[in-house]
Amino acid sequence: MNPDTVILLTGVLCAVACSLLGTFLILRKMAMMTDAISHAILPGLVAGYWIAGGSNLLVGAVGATGAAILTVSLVEALQRTRRVDGGSAMGIVFPAMFALGTILVSRFFADVHLDTDAILYGNIEFSFFERLYIGDRDLGPQSIWVMSVLLVVNVVFLTLFYKELKLTTFDAGLAAAIGFSPAIMHYALMLVLSVTTVGAFTAVGAILVVALVIVPAATAYLLTDRLILMIIGSGAIGAISAITGYWLAIRIDGSVSGGIVTMTGVFFGLALLFSPSQGLVANLRRHRANRRRFALDLLVMHLWTHDRTDEEASESTLGHISAALHWTPEATTSTIRHAIDRDLVIRYEGNLVLTSQGREAASNLLKR
Amino acid sequence: MSILHDLLFDYTLRNVALGSMLLGIVSGVLGSYAVLRGQALLGDALSHAALPGICIAFMLTGVRTPLVLLLGAGIAGWIGTMLLLRIVKDTKLSEDTALGVVLSVFFGVGILLLTIIQHNENANQAGLDKYLFGQAAALVASNVITFAVLGAIALLIVFLFYKEFKLLSFDPDFASSIGLPTRGLDILLTSLLVIAVMIGLQTVGVVLMAAMVIGPGAAARQWTDRLPVMLLLAALFGGLAGVSGAVISVQASRLPTGPMIIVSLTVIVLVSLFFAPQHGIVPDALRHRRDRSSLRAPDQWETVDGGMQ
Repeated sequence: MNPDTVILLTGVLCAVACSLLGTFLILRKMAMMTDAISHAILPGLVAGYWIAGGSNLLVGAVGATGAAILTVSLVEALQRTRRVDGGSAMGIVFPAMFALGTILVSRFFADVHLDTDAILYGNIEFSFFERLYIGDRDLGPQSIWVMSVLLVVNVVFLTLFYKELKLTTFDAGLAAAIGFSPAIMHYALMLVLSVTTVGAFTAVGAILVVALVIVPAATAYLLTDRLILMIIGSGAIGAISAITGYWLAIRIDGSVSGGIVTMTGVFFGLALLFSPSQGLVANLRRHRANRRRFALDLLVMHLWTHDRTDEEASESTLGHISAALHWTPEATTSTIRHAIDRDLVIRYEGNLVLTSQGREAASNLLKR
Repeated sequence: MSILHDLLFDYTLRNVALGSMLLGIVSGVLGSYAVLRGQALLGDALSHAALPGICIAFMLTGVRTPLVLLLGAGIAGWIGTMLLLRIVKDTKLSEDTALGVVLSVFFGVGILLLTIIQHNENANQAGLDKYLFGQAAALVASNVITFAVLGAIALLIVFLFYKEFKLLSFDPDFASSIGLPTRGLDILLTSLLVIAVMIGLQTVGVVLMAAMVIGPGAAARQWTDRLPVMLLLAALFGGLAGVSGAVISVQASRLPTGPMIIVSLTVIVLVSLFFAPQHGIVPDALRHRRDRSSLRAPDQWETVDGGMQ
């Protein structure tokens, strides 16, 4: 494999492994836990390197996973005291852990290879050169191995516990009543998330992990309501973001992890704007359609009230309708045009008169 | 007394301590509202969202003047917040998902821009990435003056709108029912938080800013149930954390200032959580135990119980 393929493959593996988990995290309203974990593993990583006497994948990963589990436990312990809410608990724990990690780095590792910038945005560009050795044998790039294993672990976890995860996510009470412990699923998910975060963190940095877990899943959620489609869509969006993001980064000579996050953002933005059910454009159109329908209803009711009465002639002129319903002249003209298009009213000697269809519409409104 | 002497007369330490203290006070007061309104992590999202603003401001102007870059940061952070509010209002995504999306995407775009700048103009870019981890130790008098002006504006507005913000925090429905423009007030209060973040980016950096927003308010909340007292205490705690972090980092060599401020703040938070007389965990447990012993069953009950055996 050449270096470019390694970078691309690492990105795709990370993206799919992270975004598969993201689905359940955002459905459980725990998206920000990823953010907390990805920052808080720093002191564990540093402690691991310190014990191992240098950069060591296994010891570092054990330390980081320990720190991740500690973070989740501390956040939950703080929340259980009921003195602070969930968000505050996270905001107290993870900066403290991150600060501790930064202090450890600057005190003990000022000259060792543990670049603080790389913590935030990783160095996927060098993934080709970080090799995995067993004895003296070079097995290839470490990141590919780590992320492949994690991807398999996540797929197996989601497949084996799909039913349990689904049930505990959507109806924790029912799950507990029929004997699936929501607490066990919660901690299992947290454990898998922690291990995935640690693995992806060493490859691509803290922020990319957060983006890959949350953003593709959020994008998929804007597009579908079905869980299985959401999981598959999330993985697919993650993979496409990784490929296009890599291409973008090479094209404009920027960081690959920055490029991948940017592309997840682009896809999210497209879904946010154009999702048929949730999108801002669809919302706007629905809003417009509702307003127009309401205006038509109002017009029909106004005419119906005065239909075949003595004051009909004076009540149904254009100017009077505009004044009585507090509409601008433009809004009045446009509403009347729509009403005529729909055969609800006709113009007759400068007045508006309900058609039989219009009368029917008005009496239907009253029956509602 | 040498610490006190240094604080007053050592030029570097005085600026670092003053700047950190101003940050603590401003973010403490504005963060209190965020904590009370259950929007604790908004500060975290804002500070991450500010990064692309710093980069774009640099790309457009080519200068590294802090005020210009911070203005860019403020604008980007503000856009991020408006987007966040829009996502929460118009889609089924929950608030924490929206936070995570805005935070990570804006930051990722910022990193992309930052690396492009680094690759293109090596000479002038030095310093932009300092905003990631803050540069409290490098604060100079002009920074402190900028902080003081920004902070004074923010605190003045909090003072002027004290009653409105109070109502918005505790009973937004009532606030809108008596005709207050709650949406506008919401945007105003959030925009003020942007000012705190602008100060914080230069001092403690993107990641640690979350703690500066949450910590003082969460600590102060344990000591009192009254808003004005809470705001004053939060300002005090935030300022104290700033000064003590700055002093400790200067005393011991090779301790970075920003992280030391956060460590001091965390100590204050933990002490408050455990020992504050009003809501602290330990006083609460003691009260609970005292109540239990004063409620102990009278002797007769034990006789009855014994009789049933």
